Amino acid sequence: MDFLTLLQVLDTSVRLATPLLLACLAGLYSERSGVVDIGLEGKMLAAAFFSAAVAFYSGSAWVGLLAGVGASVVLAVIHGLASVTFRGNQLISGVAINFLAAGMTVLVAQSWFRQGGRTPPLEGDARFNPIELPFAIGPKDAEAAGKPLSQMIAEAGPLQQFYSELISGHSSLVYLALLTVPLTWWLLFRTRFGLRLRAVGENPAAVDTAGVSVVWLRYAAVLICGVLCGVAGAYLSSALQAGFVKDMTAGRGFIALAALIFAKWRPVYALWACLLFGLFQALELRPDIIENVSGIKVQVQLLGALPYILTVVILAGFVGKAIPPKASAEPYIKER
Amino acid sequence: MTAPAIELKGISKAFGPVQANKDISISVQPGTIHGIIGENGAGKSTLMSILYGFYKADAGEIFIKGQKTLIPDSQAAIRAGIGMVFQHFKLVENFTVLENIILGAEDGAMLNSSLGNARKELKHLAEEYGLNVNPDEVIENLSVGHQQRVEILKALYRKAEILILDEPTGVLTPAEADQLFRILDRLREEGKTIILITHKLREIMEYTDTVSVMRRGEMTATVKTSETSPEHLAELMVGRKVLLRVDKKPAEPGATVLDIKGLRVVDEAGVERVKGIDLTVRAGEIVGIAGVAGNGQSELLEVLGGFADGTGTITMNGAEIPLSGHGADGQARRAAGISHVPEDRQREGLIMEFAAWENTVFGYHHSPEIQNGLLMDNKGIYTEAEAKMQRFDVRPPDPKLAAKNFSGGNQQKIVLAREIERNPDLLLIGQPTRGVDIGAIEFIHQQVVNLRDQGKAILLVSVELEEILSLADRVVVMFDGHITGERDAAQTNEKELGLLMAGITDTSAVANGNGGNDTTQQEVPADG
Repeated sequence: MDFLTLLQVLDTSVRLATPLLLACLAGLYSERSGVVDIGLEGKMLAAAFFSAAVAFYSGSAWVGLLAGVGASVVLAVIHGLASVTFRGNQLISGVAINFLAAGMTVLVAQSWFRQGGRTPPLEGDARFNPIELPFAIGPKDAEAAGKPLSQMIAEAGPLQQFYSELISGHSSLVYLALLTVPLTWWLLFRTRFGLRLRAVGENPAAVDTAGVSVVWLRYAAVLICGVLCGVAGAYLSSALQAGFVKDMTAGRGFIALAALIFAKWRPVYALWACLLFGLFQALELRPDIIENVSGIKVQVQLLGALPYILTVVILAGFVGKAIPPKASAEPYIKER
Repeated sequence: MTAPAIELKGISKAFGPVQANKDISISVQPGTIHGIIGENGAGKSTLMSILYGFYKADAGEIFIKGQKTLIPDSQAAIRAGIGMVFQHFKLVENFTVLENIILGAEDGAMLNSSLGNARKELKHLAEEYGLNVNPDEVIENLSVGHQQRVEILKALYRKAEILILDEPTGVLTPAEADQLFRILDRLREEGKTIILITHKLREIMEYTDTVSVMRRGEMTATVKTSETSPEHLAELMVGRKVLLRVDKKPAEPGATVLDIKGLRVVDEAGVERVKGIDLTVRAGEIVGIAGVAGNGQSELLEVLGGFADGTGTITMNGAEIPLSGHGADGQARRAAGISHVPEDRQREGLIMEFAAWENTVFGYHHSPEIQNGLLMDNKGIYTEAEAKMQRFDVRPPDPKLAAKNFSGGNQQKIVLAREIERNPDLLLIGQPTRGVDIGAIEFIHQQVVNLRDQGKAILLVSVELEEILSLADRVVVMFDGHITGERDAAQTNEKELGLLMAGITDTSAVANGNGGNDTTQQEVPADG
């Protein structure tokens, strides 16, 4: 395998890791506050549909993004009501949200577009298009030189290849997702809000007796979770792909939860965990690479199953000791 | 006279049909340690939770330094200068001391400046009150005593003038408790007001200036500590005269029931906990095992109870019982005539979520009289449970109530009812009165003595020396997995046992009967 192929695989990994990363960080906020959210999947799915639908009508991917975030936040508030205000079972609420989103998106899509539960393909500004960073070789350079883009990149030096192929040429949401990692770290470990958020997930009684509202902290976390899931969903339908199709999240919400455990609820580890899962998904698209490198023909299906197998292995606790926030999944009830 | 630090007027609070606080008025003078004593469920914690803004009172007024103050939440209580140290600490275990202290009292949105200021302030507080704790240590690495200091520091960092401590010594070793009271003394000297909630008479008598007694939601009396006595307080708490000493005849030991030879126990971590002990318990006597917690007593009980493996020989009524493998389980032990009231009743003695009546048969649910091989005789069990609860004075006497809803003492009575009424030859009983209030202690001790008088053998393990000395006929001291001494309970004292508990076997200097400890004297001379 040559350097350029490696870069291409990594480039695909980053694209595929982005929705996982956003969902994983969404889950991180929620679980750090003590609210377990297995409804990441449903929120992403709802956001994917509404952002695609609104982007189609408005012609603007950004307006679509807002709609997607809005839809996701509505579901997040439902989860908040169920698990914080009414102290219900957080798993059941999450499952309900997943079912709700799976059914509702297809139903509404069919009612609005009559295309078998999908949205029409998004074109132009209705999608998040790749951004070309300064000095990178992009389609315009290729046009100017009159050569195909792939040839131009192949002829460039390794550093330029690395820059143009891997760093440049992603949609703005990819960069946004990557920026969310240091931002989350800073928020969690350097601010008052972060201290309280971490505390409320470990021992809400400590926060309560210190005179800070457990309810509002948990709602804040659940809302942030909703926003990030919304961005992840919008990315799926209007950046990674061009339009919504039924069940397009394909279990990403659950893989994100596995990545969260793998990352031990830490933002920087979450980045690496999601990139690893992204790499697996990228390899599924390029089975020829594995065959070239190892000389063994691997079933595509097996590659496709790899992220899920790894998820099972992680959840079974084989990858070190992952200690969740102590109060997660427990509604806070004042006691004497 | 200065205005009282706290004055409560006519506080009432009901939880559904239960009136937790009834028209309570109390006035606490500044710069004093004011004790509030009462049995579990008397309403002490509810009252303090109202003062700390955890609950809203149904009626009544709160005055802080003469000013009428509304305390709708903890924030308001902190603003009014009230700090509270809960019985179960409210600390984030994987945070550092410093992080726990600033939580909720940060200077601004950024942590760095808050942490820096808190570090300085903490150093200042440590010097002023002798409250030394490493600010960068993670809470879970601290001893319980130090964790409690962090709670006190949290309150002081928030400029508390009034400090409420809820059962602060329940989790402390005696040495840690002494340290705590030295700190409280210091705080009082600096003009802080301290409210000490406890059910331990000794603490009230030794450390408080004034004491208020609560019983069943009502304030029954407030008196100067110097003008009262433990007996009087106990009577006010329980509502009748309480015998603080165990009333029992000399033991009349019969045949050997339990005979242990060369018992060794290795725990799951591979550490040898019991290092070859020999011990006999005869019918009609109570053998008490004294020792600081963690010196092998728990493991001894576990092997006897059938839920840990050991090596050596144990005979029960002359028949050897297996110590590992087949036949070494709780059911086989019960069949051999051993009943067990475990040390940790909430984990090993009861299923907390289950109803009391169900809890009265656990371990005996195979017995033919309550099941026919397929179905349990629930009706019969229920009726029997009702009767048992009556006989053992379990309050409330409602078999349908889940075990977790009973107070510690009543939970213990449920376990005792189950184990004693099976008429065992040997009763193992660990920490029988841990977390149990004074009225129930008397009852539980009496039940144990009655069982002895019926000619049963009893092996008692307790970390409370006072309990061992008053209840046991013979005292065996364990230290580091060995037996360091055996004494006649009537011929020894706390000092001598204290030395044995520390592994010092030469006790000639202090061993002459009732030297210096008159609270543990027996009313009648013990047998030889």
